[in-house]
This record gives sequence, structure tokens and C-alpha cells, in this order.
Amino acid sequence: MRKVGKQEIEDIAVGAALLGTGGGGDPHIGKLMALQAIEEFGPVTVLDTDEVPDDALVVPSSMMGAPTVMLEKIPSGEEAILAFNQLEKYLGEKVYATFPIEAGGVNSMLPFALAARLGMPVIDVDGMGRAFPELQMVTFYLDGISATPAVIADEKGNTSLLSTIDNVWTERIARAATIQMGGSVMNAMYSMRGKNLKESGITNILQLEEQIGKTIREAKENNVNAIEKVLETVGGFELFQGKVTDIDRKTESGFARGIATFEGTNDYKDETLELRFQNEHLLAQTKNKLLCVTPDLIAVLDAETGLPITTEGIRYGSRCVVIGIPCHPKWRTEKGIATVGPAYFGYDVDYTPVEELVNEGGRK
Amino acid sequence: MAAYRIGIDVGGTHTDAVLLDENNQVLSETKSSTTADVMTGIYQAMHEVITSANVACEKIKYAMLGTTHCTNAIVERKGLNKIAVIRIGAPATLAVKPLVGVPDDLRAELGKYVYLVEGGHEFDGREIVPLDEAHLYEIAKELKGKVDSIAITSVFSPVSQAHEERARDIFAEVLGSDMAISLSSEVGSVGLLERENATILNASVVNVAKTAADGFIQALKNEGIEAKVFFGQNDGTLMSVAYAVKYPIFTVACGPTNSLRGASYLGDLSDAIVVDVGGTTSDVGVLIHSFPRESSLAVEIGGARTNFRMPDLISIGLGGGTIVRIDENGDFSIGPDSVGYRLPEKAMIFGGDTLTTTDVAVALGKVELGDPAKVAHLDRALLEQVYAKMVVLVEEAIDKMKTSADPIPVILVGGGSILFPTELQGASTVIRPEHSGVANAIGSAISQVSGQIEKIYLLDEIGREIALQAAKEEAMSEATQAGANKDTLVIVDIEDVPLAYLPGNATRVRVKAAGELKQ
Repeated sequence: MRKVGKQEIEDIAVGAALLGTGGGGDPHIGKLMALQAIEEFGPVTVLDTDEVPDDALVVPSSMMGAPTVMLEKIPSGEEAILAFNQLEKYLGEKVYATFPIEAGGVNSMLPFALAARLGMPVIDVDGMGRAFPELQMVTFYLDGISATPAVIADEKGNTSLLSTIDNVWTERIARAATIQMGGSVMNAMYSMRGKNLKESGITNILQLEEQIGKTIREAKENNVNAIEKVLETVGGFELFQGKVTDIDRKTESGFARGIATFEGTNDYKDETLELRFQNEHLLAQTKNKLLCVTPDLIAVLDAETGLPITTEGIRYGSRCVVIGIPCHPKWRTEKGIATVGPAYFGYDVDYTPVEELVNEGGRK
Repeated sequence: MAAYRIGIDVGGTHTDAVLLDENNQVLSETKSSTTADVMTGIYQAMHEVITSANVACEKIKYAMLGTTHCTNAIVERKGLNKIAVIRIGAPATLAVKPLVGVPDDLRAELGKYVYLVEGGHEFDGREIVPLDEAHLYEIAKELKGKVDSIAITSVFSPVSQAHEERARDIFAEVLGSDMAISLSSEVGSVGLLERENATILNASVVNVAKTAADGFIQALKNEGIEAKVFFGQNDGTLMSVAYAVKYPIFTVACGPTNSLRGASYLGDLSDAIVVDVGGTTSDVGVLIHSFPRESSLAVEIGGARTNFRMPDLISIGLGGGTIVRIDENGDFSIGPDSVGYRLPEKAMIFGGDTLTTTDVAVALGKVELGDPAKVAHLDRALLEQVYAKMVVLVEEAIDKMKTSADPIPVILVGGGSILFPTELQGASTVIRPEHSGVANAIGSAISQVSGQIEKIYLLDEIGREIALQAAKEEAMSEATQAGANKDTLVIVDIEDVPLAYLPGNATRVRVKAAGELKQ
């Protein structure tokens, strides 16, 4: 058990943005929500998964909808409480603790805002170890845990209780309701027992995020190269160094899809990297070689500061280092690849772990 | 009837002024020190430029001022208005209250009267909840005699301004039409906190802007000039005095913009990289269609995060006064500290004791300035290394701003531009135009008038073409209203960004139109 205050929140936000692989939206607003809640209600208790009783009811807190909407229509803070209360009423049981659903963007911060207000602990675990765009894309789904019963709530006081035949239907219905509720809602879904969480969750993710954030912050303070330190912290690989020379975005069926092109600098001169994204960065390749593909993580870092850049933040001329990080082994199973592998996102390549792709090329 | 224009640019160190004839040819120019009160420096520069050109005062028809008055006031927290902050959006938005994340001293200064009112809109223009007008009337009564400026921000006001406008009317009704009221929909774009911060800052410098405007007009009168007065704004276009005192926040970044625009005019190029070499730093920016390329990152003003569009610049610690240090082993370092405006007393060529980049250039015969004999004893081979490094620093900065490896023209401006050679890596040509020392004042004088809009359109309903057309027409109408000649209007910037996770292909469209000043 440990306490998380404002500095830890700052560090976790940076780490979460990096593991968010460009997606999940800017964590800035979530961070401010967490900071305000901690300022008003005090630091948050964080539990390791083994500190959670097997029969405890645990529920992640997350948002659904457009991050852009949330930047304008900031939550009231009551939505998440309302969603949890409705779920508790339906299940006839109190929630023991909450946790983040993904390690990315705003969703990595929301559990802290809620937990501070409710005096509830946050568990050091999530369901992705990175960010993904759809709600069945969690390790809980791989182990057959249902997203429902689920509640979504808006700031006006509306709630909607979903009971669906599978998680794909949950996604469909919840997304349609979200639009009517104003484009951004708070969720209480994937309720489960402490035992399920220990088996299916990705543990110690908050520690990793905090460590990444701290590494980047301290590298800046000590004037050393942040990226080398980050690669050590996450066990990742440098894929490319380059400058953004083209960025082509379009929205298809609600997703920000696109391709960013990087022209190589330093050791990568005369090479070109193509980065494909759909909210998250999903595939990185040079002209004749695949470098990294989902579900392995691709993060784009500012070459100077080591700070992560979101897909929306990629702009012409930015000097970047693109890194690849092996995903959690749960994603590398057959069901994992079927759920979040290249084929699901429409890419015509076979999944190969990033460490194998990197070693083929003989470059560290 | 010939119409001359006078352009003034007030920077941190220098106040520059130019007088242009009807063909925008430079009649006279001057560079003087910025004074602590700013205004005296403006009087001096204006007087000098008019006297030395020896023209009849009635020929001067336009006067353009680019100034750091408002920026300084915010940074120094001086002379700020007593303001009230109204956010319309409750019950939404309460999880992050106004001014959270703003430095404590600024928050204490501007956060005395903060109110959260029910209302606001959804992304598609529906009301979240009806506007709580009774609450607004209550607040207005409470504020009587306590504040002189009000900032109003409503959720999704870039989509629907209805609640902000209604709130403005209520405050005007209760507090009188003299009350300064800033609406966020007129200040910024989507992104509530950043737009709100910008609106708050705007409200806080209304008095500062008014004082500057009055002073400038008075100074012109003292010289016997009856000219139409304009203020330069961040995007390199002009605004009327009436608009500037209402929306002074748009003046905060006009300095770098004016340099870029002036460089474009002097170099006669619409697409180029501009290196503005000052005393302490060099700013490198990019011209696209004669306008600065804008940064897509959040910009902080006085520590408050805003979503203004600012010129995309990188600044390196290398200027004419940058200090060069050489140790016994022959190792050297360049800057980042500088003797700044004290170059005429500190530099060795002027009899001082500090080796500066200017001394290096003079010793190597690259520049004729001061007394070369005073640097003749220095190790020439070593200085060549120092100079080569200076050039590399600038070349790297240029390369960072380029979007492709193709060589591109480079324009050198600013007082320190004489330091650099006329050949640079990555540059197709290097131009150091005449009058480049006062490019910023020229940029101020030749500014165009613009109009800009930013809105969210549902492309599934009306289609992209129609949406873009509607946006263009609105931007052009804004420009005409601001004083542009309709026949010269050009769309200078257009951007559409699809919004993720929204139906109907919701897209944010931003269009800017600009044209010549209507004569």
C-alpha cells in the first residue's frame, strides 16, 4: 500500500501517455481532474493486486466517447460516482476499489479523480498495459469476463444500464447512447472479483508509468538523454530516428486514421519510416521491412525531451525517436492476436514480436 | 493623394520605427531603446522617423503599432483589470475549476470573483441544460462596483455563442454598456480551459490596451498627424483600435510575426525560412504564402496555458551579443548568455572586455564594424572554428524547421544578421535584404487585414465542399468587416481536422482570409 499525491500524478500522466502509444487523448485534462480532486480530498491509496481480497468487488473507472469533447465539456466529477452508485444498487454490493482500464491518455487518470472523491483505493493494475480503441480490447475479455452489467452516466444525471449478450454488443449500444448523451460519458463496466483481477489484469502498471515519468523528468533535470533511460525502463527498442515529413489524416467510422511519414536522421539517413495509426500507433515499417506491429507498443517520442507525442500532436518537422516495446504476453496468445492483432485493424501482415523483427535487422 | 504609413514595433530591447511611402518604400527608419514606460520610447522613435524623412505630416494616413504592452503586463502582473470570471457549463466542467493549473500569483490576482453558472452546449449545438439567467442577474448585482472587466466562457461556444451572448446582454443591462466584457467564442477555439484562460487574460489587459492606444493616438496628435490607427496582431494582420481595446490578447505575439512578415516583404518571397538575429537569440520561423507557419502546440502566456495560434518558432541562444569563451586548452563555448543591448560598450571592437560573436566576425573580416585592431591579436585559426560552429548552430535550427530535405530560400533579418554568411547548408539562396535591421517595424507597417473563423461541421449532412465554402465566405465577411478591401481578399489558411469518435463525420474547420487595407 502506498499514497499517491500530486508529484506522482504528474509522473504517472507522462508514463501513461507513453504507454498510450499516441492514443487515448491528451491525459492533460484527466491529470487536472486528478490534481483538483487530490487538492480537495487528499492523496489516494494505491494497493498492489495481492492486497485485494479474492472476493472483493472491483470496478475500473473510465470514459467513453470523443476525447475532443471531453477537452471542451469537462466532466462534473459526479458522473463517475453516479455510474458506480447505480452499479452498486444493481449488484446489491459495495465496490471495494477501482483501477484504470488502460494505460493511456485520460483513462489512466480518471480512477484517481474518482478515488480521491470517494476515499476509495486504486489498484495497481489495468486491462491493456497500453491503449486500444474498443472496449472488448482488454485482457479481461480474453479470459471471458463480461463488460456487463455496465452503467454509463452523463453530467446531466442520466444513466443507462447495459446488459448485453457479449462485449461487442456492449460497445455498439454504449457508443450509440454516448452520442445522444453528448459525446462523452463515464463508465462503470467490467466489474469483477479480486480473484479475476489477479488472474487477468496487467499488474504493477502504475509503478511502471510512474517510473517512466520520473525517468523523463529526472533526465531533463540532469541534462541526460531521456530516451536511452526510457528504453531501459520499459525494455524497449529504438526503431527509428527521424523528422515528420508528411501527415495524412482522415476519419473513417469514428476513428482518426492516418499515416505519418518520417525521414531518417543520424544513423537512419536516407531511410523512410511509415507509421500507421487508428487512434493509436499500430504499425511501423520502412520501405522493405516491418519494424513493429500491434499489439506490441509503438511510441513516438520528442527527440529532445523524450516526452511522448500523441497521434493528434504529430506535426510537420517534429524531430522524433520511434520506439517499440513488447506487449504483455497475454496479447500474444491466439485469442489476443485475433482481438487486437494486425488483421483486426485491416493490416495485411502477420504478427511477429518486435524483439524478433529488431534482431532480424541486426540493429539495437 | 499619397498615403504614407508609419510602422512601429516595440520589442523587449528595441523600439523600431519606419516611415513608408504609398508604394511601401522606406523613407526613413530608426532603432532606439525600449524605455521602461514603453510610451516614451514610442514618442522618441516616432519623432525621429518623421523628422528625418522631412515629409508633410498630412501625408501620413496610417499608423500601425505592434507592441509588447499587454505581454509585459501579464508577465509582470502589473496594471491588470479587476475582473470577474464567469464559466457557463455547470453541472458539467466542475471537475476542473477555472484557473486550475495557472500559477498561484496570477490565480490570486485574477481569481477573486469566479462563478460557475448552469448552461452551455453539446458538440452538436444542443443545449446541455438551459442557461440559468436568474443566477446571472444575481451575479451581476453582486459585481456592481467591484470589477471593471468580465470574462465569459461557455461550453462549446465555438459551436453556439447563444449563451455567451445572452450573458453579455444581462451584464450590460445591469452594469451598464461601459463594462468591458470578453467572450471566449471571440477569443479562442475548442478546448475549454485554454480558451477560458485566454479570455481571462484578455479581460485582464483591457485597461492596459486602452492606455497604450490613447497614448499612441495622443503621440500622433502631438506630431500633428491625423492618421488612422491600427494594432498588429499575432497572425500578422491588423485590427482597429476599437477592436484592439476589446481583444488586446491578440497582440501578444505580434513581434515575431512582424519580423517574419517584414522579411517576406523585403526579401520579396512568400515561402522561405526566416532567421531573425537579435542581440541575445536568433528566432527561426517559416513563411508559407507570406504568413508565419503556426505552432500546433499549446502556448503558455505568463504561465497560463492557452490555445492561441502563435508563429511556430525555434529560438537559439545565438545573437550579435552572445558571449564567446575560450579557455587555455583552446576549447571554446558559445553563449547562451549575451551582453545584449550593452554590445556598444562591452564588445572588444568597441573597446570593451568581452569577446562576443560580433568580435569574432569582425576579426575574421566577415563584418566591418568598430575597430578591427582591437581583435587582431586573437588566434585566427581558433576563431575560424568558433565561426564555423556559429554557422552550424544556425544551419541546424534551419534544418529543424524544414519539412523536407529540399533546399529552400533563407532570409536573414534583424540587427545581428550581418554575422552570417550568404551561403548556408540547406538554403537554396540566402538573402539579407536592405533595411533588414527594422524588418519588424516594416512588417507592422505593411500588415493586411484578416478575418478568421473556426467551427465544427457535420460533413455527412452538408458535405465537405459546402462546409468549406460556407467557412470561407464567413471568414471573408469577417475580413471585410475588419476593414479589408473586398477585391483583394485571399484565403490564406485553411485546415480541417476530423474529430475522432463522433458521428456524422464531425470536422473542425478553420479558415483565414486576408486582404489589403481599404483605402
